[in-house]
Amino acid sequence: MDVKKPLFPSAFDVKAPEGAEGWQELYPYYTRFQPARRAEDDEKFWFCNSQHWPNPLRPFDVIFLDFAIKCLGQYNSRHLLVPPANGIDYRILNGFVYFSPVAVAPEDIEARIPQFLDRAGHYYGNWNDLLANWKKKVLAMIAEMDAISFTALPEVVPVDWVKDGVGLDNTNAIFEAYDKLIELSYKIWQYHFEFLNLGYAAYLDFFGFVKGEFPTIPDQAIAKMVQGVDSELFRPDDEIKKLARLAIELGVDGALMTGSVDEALAAVAAQPNGAKWIAAWDAAKDPWFNFTSGNGFYSTDKYWIDHLDIPMGYLRDYIPRAKAGETIERPTERLLAERDRITAEYREMMSPEAQEVFDGKLGLSRTVFPYVEDHNFYIEHWALGVFWRKMRELSVMLKDAGFWEEDDGMFFLHRNEVRDILWDYAAGWAIGTPVVGSAVWPDEVKRRRALVAALGAESPIPALNTPPAVITEPFTIMLWGITSDAIERWVGSDEAGDGIAGMAAAPGVHEGIARVLRSPDQLGELQKGEILVTPVTAPSWAPVFGKIGAAVTDIGGMMSHAAIVCREYGLPAVTGTGTASAKIKTGMRLRVDGNAGTVTILD
Amino acid sequence: MSANDLYTLPFHTIGTADHNRVGGKCASLGEMTQAGVAVPPGFAVTTDAYQAMLDHHGLKAEIERHLAGADPDNLDQIDRAAQAIRIRIRSHHLPEAVEAAIRAAYAGMCAEAGIDDMPVAVRSSATAEDLPDASFAGQQDTYLWVKGADAVVGKVRDCWASLYTTRAVAYREKNAIPQVDVLMSVAVQKMVNAKAAGVAMSLDPNTGDRTKIVIDASWGLGEMVVSGVVTPDNFRVEKVLEEILDRKISDKHVELVGDPELGEAVERDVDDARRKIACLTDDEVLAVARLAKRLERQNKCPQDVEWAIDADLPAGENLLALQSRPETIWSQKPKEKPKSAYGVGMMGIVNTLNNPVGSKTRG
Repeated sequence: MDVKKPLFPSAFDVKAPEGAEGWQELYPYYTRFQPARRAEDDEKFWFCNSQHWPNPLRPFDVIFLDFAIKCLGQYNSRHLLVPPANGIDYRILNGFVYFSPVAVAPEDIEARIPQFLDRAGHYYGNWNDLLANWKKKVLAMIAEMDAISFTALPEVVPVDWVKDGVGLDNTNAIFEAYDKLIELSYKIWQYHFEFLNLGYAAYLDFFGFVKGEFPTIPDQAIAKMVQGVDSELFRPDDEIKKLARLAIELGVDGALMTGSVDEALAAVAAQPNGAKWIAAWDAAKDPWFNFTSGNGFYSTDKYWIDHLDIPMGYLRDYIPRAKAGETIERPTERLLAERDRITAEYREMMSPEAQEVFDGKLGLSRTVFPYVEDHNFYIEHWALGVFWRKMRELSVMLKDAGFWEEDDGMFFLHRNEVRDILWDYAAGWAIGTPVVGSAVWPDEVKRRRALVAALGAESPIPALNTPPAVITEPFTIMLWGITSDAIERWVGSDEAGDGIAGMAAAPGVHEGIARVLRSPDQLGELQKGEILVTPVTAPSWAPVFGKIGAAVTDIGGMMSHAAIVCREYGLPAVTGTGTASAKIKTGMRLRVDGNAGTVTILD
Repeated sequence: MSANDLYTLPFHTIGTADHNRVGGKCASLGEMTQAGVAVPPGFAVTTDAYQAMLDHHGLKAEIERHLAGADPDNLDQIDRAAQAIRIRIRSHHLPEAVEAAIRAAYAGMCAEAGIDDMPVAVRSSATAEDLPDASFAGQQDTYLWVKGADAVVGKVRDCWASLYTTRAVAYREKNAIPQVDVLMSVAVQKMVNAKAAGVAMSLDPNTGDRTKIVIDASWGLGEMVVSGVVTPDNFRVEKVLEEILDRKISDKHVELVGDPELGEAVERDVDDARRKIACLTDDEVLAVARLAKRLERQNKCPQDVEWAIDADLPAGENLLALQSRPETIWSQKPKEKPKSAYGVGMMGIVNTLNNPVGSKTRG
């Protein structure tokens, strides 16, 4: 790689997309590339994290960028003292998120090792006990969030408050609820990373060892050795399948197939066995429909429990397939047998000395790996789902108070601006004047909405400045698949040609018609056997994996959701292509080679 | 033991105790047959048969006489002696009991298959004392598409004679291996009507990588691949995941196929439509890979497998193993010790974090 000329532009030379000029004011000062720090920021290599933030951020949504990155960092740098890695520096450019891992100075690494051994060693040594406690903490916090509600200010303070001498009014409850919700979500993000970095570190150790034994082993083979088959991430999809079977068994499937969700449920309720099915549906909803079709990081994420048409749509897809005799269930026994076979066959090819080391590292990886998968359900899907639901209630309440005209207006404000709005609301109510914000925010929200839309019209630049000769930050490699090879691919991706290269994420070869999707709302467009091409997928897309032929994503490492789910469903997948969703158009015929990591446009 | 059992053994009856008297090739065919691997049926002509031939005609003394005082470095002299010995062996009838046993075994094969004068391959099956790479290098004769008992008996004798090629004789002289102590067995095996055939190694012969299976394949019988007359299609398969990693499709200009009229295998040009397309489907590639993998597991070491796809058998049952022998080059190399000791436990994790694997650039 030529290191003399920068491979990617400087953030300071990147222009705003047309119509998005002035986007900078949407985001806090600390998230922006500041001209006063140009020399420093140009020295660093930044990559666009479009895996977690595939769309431009609305101002409010900066909250989970802040929390996620701060909390990831704290575990590396302050809790565990991961020897070579501190946190990940982050910026927003043209609405997209850029990361730059912060390495520990080489001379400081040694001194951190004893602390890491002590601190991380404690977690590894007491993993299951600590994790059981983690689950308790998280569930308690979800319950606490769930109990929060926002109530519009009443005409007058309740008379009994007056007579009881309370001496306070209803505005406190709003401030408290808002602050509490933010505080709880901040804590939830700390819990999110409490085990995650360690999980990845143990897996990476196993991964590196196996690669050392078998330098050409496909990444996916190593992943298959540790991946679970009963991850809670698969539960929502499994629940829908069970409901489909139950509907057929009870003879209520016909009633489910048409009309709105309410109409279908009413039709089922009217059937002789209807009540039994409705009870099963209600039981599945909580908690398993706390499941987003995004990744939980956006205020636009749709959660099944708030949009029952999504699970109903999947149900209506499964019922005819099940009736046609198709096995819709995941073949968990076969997957387990396959995992054992793969593990045993590689192990067989090792020396006895290596086998012993392999057993130790595999054991730890399998202990920690369920967390890597399951945490996603508890945090991103369940806890953050509750958070967004409450915040949406607040946005609607403030709309009704005259601050904006649309239900989602609040999300075009930064979370600290919302705190000002609450004050405006409280003060206007107390003083007896209309809120000032009604003269300011309706237009400002419209303007900002247009800015965010303009930012979304252009794909982000994959990286900024010059990459280091080698990428060494372990979590960057693990989570985002950012390796020296990947960067070479991005650089080469501008070249003409029908070939698209990415990571060989799940094995197999499939030829078929492409369906390019940019948002989960388009999932219904997918036809059986088509190849899903998309910037990034989420676990809740699982039901569509039962009918597609292969998957291709722009972003994603060996442990990205698309890779995990495709391996589970036995579908070929190529991830981290950088540009597939831009190069490929719906209707093109493709050959997806999940062994070689290539996608070929056939015509 | 009857005379027939002494001189011939059907593959499915070859036991471990018989290995010394049937040679490596027949032993492997016997083992594969008994392990349920699809192998074309056939029988071994044992070393006892060859021994009987030598004894019956006093050939040992004759051979020794021809080679008395031979100078291993004088290739002309060796060549003349070797040629004379081969002529002497070919000039004698087989002992009656031996010939009867071969005819009976062949008749049994034909009856079982329901084919009169069934075409067979007659190949030498070297014993341990023999030239180590003799069979591999095609030093000993192989006769394809042999039909009828007379021809089979004749070709068995030709195989015996091929024990005395100039090169083999010179090798034994040089290494002080008593010439007449070296015995030979012969395999008589149903001829495969090969649509395609080739070899499979249960490791990558270029790197010794045991996680790969590498397959060379071409149209027709596998001899074209083994002898290097055609550049075969080459497939690399991930051994554990059983996934095809890459395919190199070559221009395969000639093929060796049986000619029933001539009663022999003939070399002919491959028609244009087939020359540049893969001679195996993906399913067939995977079937060959699984066969190699199975044979590696059975023999507990990497294998070099000859196989063929029989055009006369239904898909799914048409892959036949013709031979399996231990891979010798990489398997005998001492395994490279890891450069540094394995990092175990917490220190393993620290080492990994400090030097993550993905940080290494390719190539």
